[in-house]
Amino acid sequence: MDNVNIKINGREYQVPKTSTILEAARMANIHIPTLCYLKDINAIGACRLCLVEVKGARGMVTSCVTMVNEGMEVYTNTSDILAARKINLELVLSNHNKQCLSCIRSTSCELQKLCNDYGVDEDYFTSNETETKKDESSVSIIRDNSKCILCRRCVAACGNVQGIGVIGANDRGYDTHIGSAFEMDLADTSCVNCGQCIVACPVGALYEKDDTQEVFDALADPQKHVAICTAPSVRATLGECFGYEPGTEVEGKMVAALKRLGFDGVYNMNFTADLTIVEEANEFVERLTNGGKLPLITSCSPGWVKYCEHYFPEFTDNLSTCKSPQQMFGAIYKTYYAQKNGLDPKDIVFVSAIPCTAKKFEVTREDQSAAGIPDVDIAITTRELGRMIDKAGIDFKSLADEDFDAPFMEGSGAGEIFGATGGVMEAALRTAAETVLGKPLERVDFEDVRGTAGIKRATYKLGDIEVRVAIASGLANAKRLLTRIREGKEHYDLIEIMACPGGCINGGGQPTQPASVRNTVNLREKRADVLYSADSKNVIRKSHENSAVKMLYDKFLEKPGSKKAHETLHTKYIKRGL
Amino acid sequence: MKKNPTTVAFQGTAEQEEILLSVIEKYRGVKGSMMPILQEAQEIYGYLPIEVQKIIADNTGVSLAEIYGIVSFYSQFMLNPKGEVSISVCLGTACYVKGSQDVLDKIKEKIGVETGGTSPDGKYSLDATRCVGACGLAPVVIINNDVYGRVKADEIDTIMTKY
Amino acid sequence: MKTISDIIEIKNITKNNISLGGRQKTRVVVGMATCGIAAGAQSILTAINDELKKAKLLDTVTVTQTGCIGICQYEPIVEIYDNDGRRTTYVNMTADKAKRISSEHIKDGKIVSEYTIGAANGENVTSLNDTEFMKKQKRVALRNCGIIDPEKIDEYIAMDGYQALHKVISGMEPAELIQFILDSGLRGRGGAGFPTGLKWRFAAASVSDKKYVCCNADEGDPGAFMDRSILEGDPHAVIEAMAIAGYAIGADEGYIYVRAEYPTAISRLTIAIEQAKSYGLLGKGILGTDFNFDITLRLGAGAFVCGEETALLTSIEGKRGEPRLRPPFPAVKGLFGKPTILNNVETYANITPIIVNGVEWFKSMGTEKSKGTKVFALGGKITNTGLVEIPMGTTLREVVEEIGGGIPEGKKFKAAQTGGPSGGCIPASLIDTPIEYDTLVAIGSMMGSGGLIVMDEDNCMVDIARFFLDFTVDESCGKCTPCRIGTRRLLEILDKIIEGNGELKDIDKLQELCNYISRASLCGLGQTAPNPVLSTIRYFNDEYIAHITEKRCPSGVCKNLLRYIIIEDKCTGCSACARVCPADAISGEIRKKYVIDPAKCIKCGACMEKCRFGAIIKR
Ligand SMILES: Cc1cc2nc3c(=O)[nH]c(=O)nc-3n(C[C@H](O)[C@H](O)[C@H](O)COP(=O)(O)O)c2cc1C
Ligand code: SF4
Ligand code: SF4
Ligand code: SF4
Ligand code: SF4
Ligand code: SF4
Ligand code: SF4
Ligand code: SF4
Ligand code: SF4
Ligand code: FES
Ligand code: FES
Ligand code: FES
Repeated sequence: MDNVNIKINGREYQVPKTSTILEAARMANIHIPTLCYLKDINAIGACRLCLVEVKGARGMVTSCVTMVNEGMEVYTNTSDILAARKINLELVLSNHNKQCLSCIRSTSCELQKLCNDYGVDEDYFTSNETETKKDESSVSIIRDNSKCILCRRCVAACGNVQGIGVIGANDRGYDTHIGSAFEMDLADTSCVNCGQCIVACPVGALYEKDDTQEVFDALADPQKHVAICTAPSVRATLGECFGYEPGTEVEGKMVAALKRLGFDGVYNMNFTADLTIVEEANEFVERLTNGGKLPLITSCSPGWVKYCEHYFPEFTDNLSTCKSPQQMFGAIYKTYYAQKNGLDPKDIVFVSAIPCTAKKFEVTREDQSAAGIPDVDIAITTRELGRMIDKAGIDFKSLADEDFDAPFMEGSGAGEIFGATGGVMEAALRTAAETVLGKPLERVDFEDVRGTAGIKRATYKLGDIEVRVAIASGLANAKRLLTRIREGKEHYDLIEIMACPGGCINGGGQPTQPASVRNTVNLREKRADVLYSADSKNVIRKSHENSAVKMLYDKFLEKPGSKKAHETLHTKYIKRGL
Repeated sequence: MKKNPTTVAFQGTAEQEEILLSVIEKYRGVKGSMMPILQEAQEIYGYLPIEVQKIIADNTGVSLAEIYGIVSFYSQFMLNPKGEVSISVCLGTACYVKGSQDVLDKIKEKIGVETGGTSPDGKYSLDATRCVGACGLAPVVIINNDVYGRVKADEIDTIMTKY
Repeated sequence: MKTISDIIEIKNITKNNISLGGRQKTRVVVGMATCGIAAGAQSILTAINDELKKAKLLDTVTVTQTGCIGICQYEPIVEIYDNDGRRTTYVNMTADKAKRISSEHIKDGKIVSEYTIGAANGENVTSLNDTEFMKKQKRVALRNCGIIDPEKIDEYIAMDGYQALHKVISGMEPAELIQFILDSGLRGRGGAGFPTGLKWRFAAASVSDKKYVCCNADEGDPGAFMDRSILEGDPHAVIEAMAIAGYAIGADEGYIYVRAEYPTAISRLTIAIEQAKSYGLLGKGILGTDFNFDITLRLGAGAFVCGEETALLTSIEGKRGEPRLRPPFPAVKGLFGKPTILNNVETYANITPIIVNGVEWFKSMGTEKSKGTKVFALGGKITNTGLVEIPMGTTLREVVEEIGGGIPEGKKFKAAQTGGPSGGCIPASLIDTPIEYDTLVAIGSMMGSGGLIVMDEDNCMVDIARFFLDFTVDESCGKCTPCRIGTRRLLEILDKIIEGNGELKDIDKLQELCNYISRASLCGLGQTAPNPVLSTIRYFNDEYIAHITEKRCPSGVCKNLLRYIIIEDKCTGCSACARVCPADAISGEIRKKYVIDPAKCIKCGACMEKCRFGAIIKR
């Protein structure tokens, strides 16, 4: 790559000529503060915090979007610049609900950190705060515009990354605010609860509906049997809540912490990930060999499922009828497990720990009640789990590893990679291939479907059947792919879609990371690596080889796709429209 | 600039909808046609309530939130119908230095409507506009389509008798 | 589809009809720009037509509408060009007056002197041309305004219209054309004064399958109406120039973004575009060459920020009119992502005269760095309100005192505001400043698009600063922090001062914030929003101090600082004031002295209006 010579704060550097001043400064180990810029997502130059001085330029220069050029001399810390940033922050604070003490983002808030760094006087520009209404209508997402700084990262996430655009800037000037059309409640829009807006937000203006108190209440109730299962990707990210580097695996500590919280059972959702794969692979082979509706599209991402119901209702028949691993777990627990252990399903509180805000919506879906009551009672995100552990005073970092509880402790490597884009596809291919071929695979790695690309395509031969597969993550990518399929330009047999870009490891319920990290670290890759390395180390790498899964078919479900399996593990979809 | 979402019941007719659809059809394939579509829609209905914006969203593929964002950005797009008698007072510089604020205050007092509002009976609506380009006649008041120049606050009573 | 010889023939035939010599008919024009229409010009036109029809004179007289004649405060205006070339300007017309001039002047050739401009302004003249108002003016951009009928393309052609386009597309290389414009020294008339030729050169240098030429006719500056007048009076001047610009940069499509508040301009532009198309002066293969160019009209919807170039392009694209970051500049990546030039209406109106009359001619007007003329909309506290076009370098004094006829009612000139909400106030002490781009910037104002508002001793400069800020706060797009929040805080501090709660340190705070906003804002709106505040602090600091320390508004404007007082000696005790006071603030006994309780008084002024003895004053 071509380099250019530039000077930053008087020192000389060589940086790629395609870098912005912001990136160049980062390479020189200088942080320029930002609020609105988010790599690959938002570059609109709105917050004006990243301004720097460039010799010879008129006025201050927006470093987040200005490219370097040969001989450029940049100053990032002149007294003018520092003073300007301070005024900027003071202006923001003049219309900000400054209740840091109780704010959900306190200590992880980008604005708070900057205000601290710059020693602002929070009352320098006194004014009346604009009145705002908190939108608590959604089952998963809360918007508190009194904390919003109008960086529009959420708007870009919803509109550009997800291609949904149910939120945007309304009104103009000082009255500009983020909201839905006609200030509708978010719950009344076609929001799919993916939470990508939340993880984009630098402050406490967007957050998940907190359900932790319900969990604490249940745990305190002696009448209740409270069980929890954790999704594959939670172990890959929970550490971030406790200061671990992104990409640190903390399964053992997580289990230990959950046990200390007092759950009656702590289980591995990788088990139902495997179960999902077995059912889904069976469904796929059925449709493939018996001329059913193809392509079959995965249904384990509730953000994607709701998106499909709203925006591509003509594809709802293509969706796999399999419930998601979370729902399957609750269903099995309240039927098989309850019977076996003489529990009244009504006394069970089944909790899931998930990377996902859409799963808070999923638990409320109809036709997800195998035991006549909702399969799952409470879904809490990785962030909420982190807060519970903190609140309970558990010293996470010093915990010794512990194991999940029997009988649902085992997960295959295939279940593990469920949390990353392409993982479900690979898991399904492993099982489907063996089903079709009738003999063990020599190699279980399907490398073409890995990686963080937004859309991936591949073709495999299973015996003499050619299977065309595609994978999309991030709903804007899904939209692109589906549009081409609808127009007849592409044809597939099996498609995996994950609502979140990169899959669940980048889900809307995952720990937030500030822009300073998101702009420089490839979070998706780091987090996904945890899952792939766990897969490669696992002795069991195919879902149908999971002994708990086999046991369950023996004792309860009979065989994949049986009537019992259908009653317990499958569901229906509706066409929602816009 | 804050806009208040529609408060009156929608009374659009099938005929209006048909005209709107033909407008949208006319602009199909035309680049950047959202503004003219909204402008023509407002001509058809007099304002742009949610029902109208939905029709536009459904038939252009642009999200309702984006359309609302556009509508709430520009001051000429209305979320509520105007009064039968629509009054606007110019608060442009030329008019302001010649006392149009007093004229506006006087009208407010007379019809009991705040700037940007419509009287409860739907009879009057009042707006402050910025320069209509008749600065030579400042201060300027426009009532429906009649332009009044060199208006003084104490002439308002007489002028208003016509409406 | 017309050829150039058709065009020349049209020119020769139509020429006879217009003011240029050798006419067989008397020509009567009625000023029908927006303000003429507002003042009732339509009924005047009808009255004259009816009269002439009755008198069977319609064959020997042409009666037509025209655009802005220039001296708006005398609207409605009728001008008569007799066939001997004599021009008479009748002002403040009514239908009755029109009937009289129809019979006495048009029929019998006798000037009705009591209706002429001279009778109205006290000068011994009958034609606008001979007035002080016109003496120092030089009409380039306004060359056809008030003369031709803007709805007739033939009349534009008669005034040499579309000659320049022919000359350019049939005999000039684009690079040569651009050099020509560059040499003329023409700078953008829309605000910042960027050299037009340079802008064209950048766009010409961008390689692309598609380019656009746009015209900024948003004219959002309140109190300015130059562009409207040009569009209403001479729309083809802009259309022809846009086609020329298209040829220069290699574009075949143009957009005119015009304020929706200008219905007359829009309808005349629409007509003009249609006519140009029907003559083959727009469209494919213009004048038999292989040059194609088409124009689409787009209307604004009430957002001042859409005058900013990137916001304007974003608005044409059908989105919220929020400015975008530069670079990339529009010349590289503009409308729909393609190289684009955007020029102001008046900039375009200068193009064809430069091509027809040459670079030297153009450079002979104006100053070293500002060539040519500039149109101003003169308004506010000035005798002659209207549209004036002056050579660059004319002093403010000449404009105010000579062209403008001074301040009415014997009041004192206090300041002139140029550049609208982006500009500043020029105090009386700088009245000899020559008007050109750079001098205005040097004294803290700017040329802007050409609003020139005169203020007298009755205007409070703090209030004026507040007025402009109120405007920018209203019109800020809300995208970037400094402007969205900062301008609002500025306004609040000014409000505090105006309400009598100011502290001296507020002035420093204002300046600190102003400096920040102007340097940190994303677009020109925010960058220039503080100018009215900064320039009033700079030149009228004493007024700020009076508001703050003495809690007094020297001009008696700021209501909260006003007091209504009954002068004991003059009060007869009639009680009229007490009865009218809505706040029960006046007490006293019949036939004794009345007093106002300042704590209760809401400063409505009703008492003062009511008192027949002049006993109530405000201070
Ligand atoms: C807030 C703002 C408003 C503006 N409004 C206008 C306008 O109404 N008309 C105009 O011609 N230029 C306006 N401008 C200037 C334009 O951005 C642009 O510079 C101009 O149209 C370029 O044309 P010119 O080079 O021919 O002057 C405005 C600029 C700003 C920052
Ligand atoms: S958003 Fe940040 S700055 Fe604002 S209250 Fe919360 S923690 Fe504090
Ligand atoms: S650090 Fe914060 S919470 Fe603690 S005492 Fe100080 S202000 Fe209060
Ligand atoms: S949850 Fe997803 S769909 Fe809903 S507003 Fe946020 S980003 Fe958009
Ligand atoms: S809600 Fe958060 S992400 Fe969205 S604009 Fe406000 S501060 Fe930015
Ligand atoms: S991708 Fe994962 S985190 Fe995102 S919505 Fe789907 S299941 Fe939830
Ligand atoms: S300076 Fe003002 S108008 Fe310009 S982008 Fe910023 S907020 Fe919008
Ligand atoms: S109206 Fe005038 S004269 Fe009569 S009581 Fe009032 S102040 Fe006195
Ligand atoms: S100004 Fe109005 S309120 Fe004050 S004393 Fe006079 S009438 Fe009463
Ligand atoms: S303007 Fe660069 S980070 Fe906001
Ligand atoms: S300022 Fe009122 S018409 Fe121009
Ligand atoms: S003379 Fe009327 S608009 Fe100028």
